[in-house]
This record gives sequence, C-alpha cells and structure tokens, in this order.
Amino acid sequence: MSTPDLVADAVVKRFADHVAVDSLSFSVERGSFFSILGPSGCGKTTLLRMIAGFIAPDGGDIAIGGRSMRDVAPNRRPVNMVFQQLALFPMMSVGENVAFGLARRGVGRADRVKRSTAMLERVGLGNAADKRVDELSGGQRQRVAIARSLVLEPTLLLLDEPLGALDLKLREHMKIELKQLQASFGTTFVYITHDQSEALVLSDHVGVMSHGRFEQLGTPQDLYYRPQTPFVAGFVGANNRIVGRTTQADGEIAEIATADGWIVRALTTGAIAAGDAVEVFVRPEVAILARNASELPPQHPQHAGEVQSVLFDGANSAVLLQEARTRREFRIALPQTGQFSDLKPQEKVAFSFDPSRAVCFAARAGAAGQDA
Amino acid sequence: MKNILIASFVLALSLGIGSAQADGQKLRIISWADYVPADLIAAFKKETGIDVELTLSNNEEMISKLRATGGAGYDLAQPSQDRILAAQREFGIYKPFDLTKLKLEQFQPEFLNIVRKNTTLDGKTYGLPYLWGTDGLVVNSKRTKIADYPDLCRPDLKGKTAVRLRRPTLMAFAFAAGKDPFALYGDPKAYGALMDQVGATLTACKASFKFFYDNKDQLLNGIRSGEVVAAMMWDTGGWTLNRSDPDIQFIVPRSGALGWLDTFALPARGRNDAAAYAWINFTMRPENAARVIKSVGSFSAAMNTTPLIDPRLKAQFAAAFPNGDLKGIHWYPAIPPGLEEMEGRVLDRVKAAN
Amino acid sequence: MRNSALDPRWHGRLALGLLLAPALLWLGALIILPHVDLAVLSFRERIGPRQYTASLAQYKTFFAEPLYWHVFLRTAAMSVIATFLTLALAFPIAWIIAKLARGRAGSLLFIICLIPFWVSETVRTLGWMILLRESGVLPAMLVKLGLTAMPVELLYRDATILVGLVYTSLLFMVVPLVSSLESLDNSLIEAAYDLGAGGFAILRRIVIPHAAPGITAGCIVVFMLTLGNYLTPTLLGGKNSQWFTEQIYTQFITRFNWEQGAAFGFLLLGLSTALVMMGLRISGQRFGDVMRRT
Repeated sequence: MSTPDLVADAVVKRFADHVAVDSLSFSVERGSFFSILGPSGCGKTTLLRMIAGFIAPDGGDIAIGGRSMRDVAPNRRPVNMVFQQLALFPMMSVGENVAFGLARRGVGRADRVKRSTAMLERVGLGNAADKRVDELSGGQRQRVAIARSLVLEPTLLLLDEPLGALDLKLREHMKIELKQLQASFGTTFVYITHDQSEALVLSDHVGVMSHGRFEQLGTPQDLYYRPQTPFVAGFVGANNRIVGRTTQADGEIAEIATADGWIVRALTTGAIAAGDAVEVFVRPEVAILARNASELPPQHPQHAGEVQSVLFDGANSAVLLQEARTRREFRIALPQTGQFSDLKPQEKVAFSFDPSRAVCFAARAGAAGQDA
Repeated sequence: MKNILIASFVLALSLGIGSAQADGQKLRIISWADYVPADLIAAFKKETGIDVELTLSNNEEMISKLRATGGAGYDLAQPSQDRILAAQREFGIYKPFDLTKLKLEQFQPEFLNIVRKNTTLDGKTYGLPYLWGTDGLVVNSKRTKIADYPDLCRPDLKGKTAVRLRRPTLMAFAFAAGKDPFALYGDPKAYGALMDQVGATLTACKASFKFFYDNKDQLLNGIRSGEVVAAMMWDTGGWTLNRSDPDIQFIVPRSGALGWLDTFALPARGRNDAAAYAWINFTMRPENAARVIKSVGSFSAAMNTTPLIDPRLKAQFAAAFPNGDLKGIHWYPAIPPGLEEMEGRVLDRVKAAN
Repeated sequence: MRNSALDPRWHGRLALGLLLAPALLWLGALIILPHVDLAVLSFRERIGPRQYTASLAQYKTFFAEPLYWHVFLRTAAMSVIATFLTLALAFPIAWIIAKLARGRAGSLLFIICLIPFWVSETVRTLGWMILLRESGVLPAMLVKLGLTAMPVELLYRDATILVGLVYTSLLFMVVPLVSSLESLDNSLIEAAYDLGAGGFAILRRIVIPHAAPGITAGCIVVFMLTLGNYLTPTLLGGKNSQWFTEQIYTQFITRFNWEQGAAFGFLLLGLSTALVMMGLRISGQRFGDVMRRT
C-alpha cells in the first residue's frame, strides 16, 4: 500500500476563546475522494486552511505526499485549492486564469498555452480560453476553477464548499461532474461541505466533524447505516429521534420507554445498562406503514398513529404521523408503489420497524430532554 | 430650478441692499498696510458720519484689481506716484481730481509738484501725494558691514541676504552700477540693455540671496532670526527693527537711496467721490497726518507735521541723512509704457536662473 | 406645440433639462464662459495704449523665450515625479487601511490621513516652513544629533517642494486607492498565493490590475492638483520655485499682461490634458471608468 497523500497527526488550532481543531488525526489515501462534513463553525474550514497553508497549526503536523508541511508557505505546497467563491481572476481571460499557476512555475509561454488549452478541453471548455470570466455560466466557472488547480498536477486538491453558491439544479449536476472529474484525473480530493448529500454522493470516505473533532470517519454507507454517535445519526440523513430510558438492556436489542410511556425497541451501540438515558434513531425508510396492523410483519413491535400531513416530494415523499398515545411526531418514507397516495390527514394507521435497524445511543449531556 | 430662482433672487436682493448701503455713507479705500490707522477711521466717522471700508494691497494688486473691474469696487486708491500714468493710459482705471474741492494748501509744495508732474495726463491731475520714504539697505552691523547694493552679493554673505524681486531692486542695482536708469526712460533700447546688464548681475548674485521676499513679515522674520544679515529694505522698516535691536541699522547706500511717494488716486468708477475728497482733506490736516506717521512710521506729504513727529524717528532720519537734505534721493519718475514688460522679462529670467 | 407639450418624451426631456439646469448653469457661467474669455484674450496682442490686435504673439513668446518653456517642462516633470512619489507612499497606506487594519483601526488611520486637511493649505505649508527653515526645528535637530555641524537650510530646494506636494496630495491618492483595494476580494489574493505566486507576482498580476482604475484616478487627481498648485511650490521653493502657475500669476497680477497670462493658462490646460490622456493610454484605462472611481 502506498503512502497516504495526506496525513494529519494530532493537529491542533486554537483561537482566542475556543479550540477550532482539537488534536485531529487522519489520513487520506492516494487517489481517493475525502470529504469533511460538518455544520458551520465545526472547524472544517480552519482544517482546510491549515492543509492549504494559510493558517499554521498550533500543534501536530500535516504531511502531504509523505512530506511534512511545517513552515512550507502556501505557494510552495503541492496543494491547490478551489475556493468557495471560486476566486477566478476577473482581470484575466479564462486561458490566463488556467495558465496563471504555470507561469508562476516558470513554464514557457508556448508550453503554458498548450497545457492550459489541453486542460480546458478536458473539462469541456476547449473554446473558452479567450473569454472573460464573467461571460461564463456558474457551472463553467466551477470547471475553470478546478482546471486552474488541476493543471498544476497537485498531490492534493482542496475544495472549500465550491457548490455552495450554485442553485439546486446546477448543484445536483455539478455533483456528478465533480465525481467524474475526480475519477478521470485520479487526483486526491479533499472536499469540505455542510451538505450531507454532497458528502455521501461524492466521497470514498467522509469525516463527520463537530467541535473540532471527527465524530466518525468512514465510508458513506458506514455513516448512514452504522452511525457511531448520536451526532452522526442526527446529522447524516433524515432520522426520527426518540429520547427515553432503557427499561431492559440485556441483549443487543434494548427496550426503551419515553417519559410519556411510548415503548420502542432498538439496537444498542456502546455500553448501555437498564435505566440509562438514551437516544433512539429510526430512519424514515426503515419504518413500514400499513392501514391495517395485520398487514405489518408480525415479528416486530407494532405502533399505532394518526396521519398529520402528507409530504409529497416525488420519490422522496413521506408522511408525518403522530404516535397514537403520546402524539409524538414520526416520519415514514412512502413506498414508490403509490400504495398510499390517497392517504388523508387524521387517518388512523399502523406502523412498525425492525429494531435491529434502529440505533440506540447513550444520551449526550444536555440532550436528554429534547426531541428531534 | 426653484432653488436657483430663489438663490438668484436672494443674490439680487443682497446686491441691491449692498448698493443701497453704499449710496449712504461709506468710503471704500484700497491701500497699503498701516496707511489707514483705525483711530483715523474712527475720528473720520465721528466728524462726517462716513464709514471707511479698508482693503490692504500693494501696487501691482491695486492696479490688477482696478483693471479687472474697469476701476470699480473702490472709491479711493493709494498707488505709488510712478505707477499711475502708465496704468491710466493703458487701462483708464482712474478719474482726474477736481482740484477745487481740495485744500491744496495742506500739501507740502515740493511733493505736490513732483506728484502732479508725474501724474498729469492731458492737463488733468490723477494723483496727490500722501506718504513718502526711501529704499536703502538694512544691515546687522554686528555680523557684517556693507556700503552699497552690490555688497549684498559678497561671497562671505552667501545665502544671508535678501531683496525683493521687483523693479525697485533693478533700479537700485542700476544706480549702484553707476548708471541712471531714469535718464534712459526715453530710450527703450538703451534701457533694455541696462536692464539686461542688471539682470545678469542679479543672476550672478542669486546664490547670495536667502530668498526673494514677498511681504514685510517674511523679511522682518528673516532678519530677526539672524538668517538674513543684510537686505534691501525701506527706511522705516529698518528703523522699526533698530528699536528692538540696536545692531540692526538702516543705511543709505553709497549710490543713493531711492525715494518713493505714495498717493491718492480716484478709481474711475468709484461711487462716492464726495467722501473721497472729504477723506483727503481730513487726513492731510497736520494732527491727522501725525496719526498716520505714527502708525506707518513713514513721512507725510502734509504741511506742518514736523513738530508732531516722534523725536526718535527724527533722530533716526537725521542719522541716515546727515545733511538733512533730500538731494541724494533718486525719485521715481512716471514709467513710460512698455518698460515694465522689459523689466518683467528680466525679473523672470533672474527667478528662473540656477 | 400643444401636441408636443403632451408628448411624454418631451416631458421627460424637460424634466431632465430642469434637473441638469443648475449644473449646466454652473458649468456655463463659471467654467466655460471664463475660458472662452481667456481664449479670446490669449489670441490678441497690445500694439498701443488700449489698442489690441488678433495675434499669436503670446504663444510665440512662450516658445521663443527658453525661460518659459523651461519652467513649463520643469513643472510638468516635477508634477509627474510628485504623482509617482505620492502613489508609492499612498499605496502601502491604502493597503493597510483597506486590508490589514480592521474596523476602528482602519477608520483611525483614515482620520490620521485626513487631519492635515482640517487646516488650510497655507497653514500646512507654513508649518513645513517652520520645521524646515534654517533656524527651524529640523535643522536644529540635525545639529543636535551631530549629523550636521551647522544648521542647514532645508527650504528652497526641489526636494522640499516635492515633500510639500506629496504631503498635500496624499489624501487624494489614498481615497480612491482604498476604495479600489477594499473591493478586491481577499480570496483572489489567497488563490494567487495558492497557485504558487509570490508577493511581487500577486501585486503585479492581481492587485495592481484590480486597483488600476483607482490608481489612475488618484494619479489624475494628484497630477492635476500638483500641476495647478501655486502656494506650495511658491512658499517652499522660494527663490528657485519656478512653478508655471506662478508664471501665470505673475503675468496677470504683477505684469498686467493678461494676454500672456491667458496664453500660459491655455498651455497649462493643454499640457495637463495631454499628460492625462497619455497616462490613460499607457495604463489602458478609459476616462469615464476612471472618473466613476473617484
């Protein structure tokens, strides 16, 4: 196995009143797409800027391509960055933008033009070299920003929420394009975002970041199906969150009762004893809905509810229920069959979920009383 | 648009008010610093009820301002006697005096004659004498000794002397060179050659000059601070300095002092001639002339002021002009047109030379 | 007539005309008319008392007399030098205000630049004279520090004129520079740095091209102010000032030669126009764009 392209070793960054990056260690394999996912203020931008070299860490070390980056200025690192606002140079043509880095490396004029043109062709902008930056569409600019970095053949390409400024439709399109670009160039990408869908779609590995630490680092599938912390479970994908105490926690499946007496069952993660405060997460697509309780799989506990509203969103349609006794909200994804297309508010329904596909964590400090 | 209408209305109104006031009793004088002391204005107001509005100026500015307005804006001006005729011929900025309205017996006859001779055009008199004095040298006797204008150029005084870059300096250096520029007034070609020669002298001398002074205070500061040890200056300026520092003395140059004579003249479009005549008759009374002498320190062309003059000033004058006579003084005759342009070109060259 | 009065287009034009009337009136009465008058003046020659004839004599004099065009060229050259010195000094100041100082520190710096302008130009220049004259503060300090044996006259030198001009013009350069540098997105600088550029390359390729309209605007304003300055070169330059505006003043006021003065005035106008156009051509800016920046 080759050396990882990026190794962070106990990296620390403190600002006056808080720790932005708290002793973080991780590595990114050559040629992989690595995302750092977290809400704003979690420290992901600080981390990225430390990798780029704009901020010096207070402790620990960052190595790129096996070489320590201590005291290496940003313009000497084998790293390039695609900025959130892209930061294309408006005073230059598209071609000059792409050739800028080459010129700084002392590449001759003819070679510069050849290589930048070739790079523009690879991102599908072969005839845009002489255009002004403001003549391009949002997506085209995106590609120029990436081309400008990739033409330098960096060990690592950093991307700072580059899709944030685009509208939804274009964002969906660019997600796919980014992934294809990364696959075709084979360059290691480090991508930061607060959008879990971008992270899941694009990445080989994702680090979910909160308060300067990684809550969990793993494949998108791991994060989605096997969240290790309540934060990850709550942040990655939609989830129903139920807060209560375990009444029974002998085996892998525990029984949990909410304060107002709703009983559910879920798979435990970590050490949980009877009587512990816990948080239970149930994905909307794990629950099964039925008009009649008898239509539900008999092996799982069954719950009764009343339709509060139907949230139609094509393939992502869901129904928002109230549990019959406690009036707690519970969301269930609607199957694609159209079976429930005539569901009406106030309609009485039944639902169940496989306890082994619901997860239960010891409650976080201060989180016990709140519902998602 | 409305604002403009209002603004122009207000403007017109204020102009109207302004002229209405002037129709009342107001005398607008353009003159030199200290020539019109405040106590004289107060006494005049008390006697006649006329307010005096004073604007301070110098020869060139006075002429330029009157030229710009065609002789309007002031009721009385006080240019030097030699500068009146050329300006009158060229720009017509003055009107002649009606001598019957003046008490000519209040003027010393010799000054009256000099001025009338130099300011008469087509038989009409455009100027009357007011104050006179001389230009000579002021020296810090503790620091150096000088006798004539060219001494200002001595190598040992490099960067320590000063002159004005104006025509009196050209005249002074011409006399010091043994020439009489006034005698050449009628011969522009010879005069031009003389001026070129003087210009060359001044250019060669330029390193000696600390600065060309433009106003009294600049020179007084330079001398008091010791930066300037010798300068071309008018007599009373030197005597004023002498009172605070006995080392500083006014001396009459070997080639003679230059005598200047400032006058009264009526701007062509003055609005209050009656007040101007009243003012002239008033200020030339001995007791009022003495007030002026006290204020400016120069000598008046009025009669019978001698008993009223500060004895110290009399002593200083006697020391500078030991024979008591004014024979050695070169009085400026009226300048024929065209000469000033020549002089100007010479002065420009001196200024631009390195 | 009745129809045209009802025509909305005509109405619009009337409203626009009324809106512009004060400015046009101002322009016409106070700028264009005097210039026309001066132009007429400059093309006549005195042939006798109160007799004038149309002639190019005033312009001929300018070219025939080396003194005048010597001073003219000197004024132009010194103004260009003063403009570049001002730019060199103002740029770091503007950079600090726009990019480094945050919030209050930035405004404070700006105010420090502004303070000298709370007093009149005369007082400011006289202040310099008090500092620099032979018996002044700075020469005395030089003696005390043992740098010179005797107090040195620091006034009446070309360098002194330049110092005074730069000082007087600084703010007029800083303001457009700050506004153009403030609009420079910091991420552009970071991006250039990230792409391998050093400080000089960033300055040359990113900062200066971005700030070019501001730089050009500042340079035009400072150049025109400097070229047309009268007080500073005259007071600080003393016997050697030789500034062209002084020449114009002299012609008008002490020589009573309005014709020559008017011709000099037009030559100066032509010179400043020519140099500004040249500057725009060299920097590749358009006048309209630049003026919008000021």
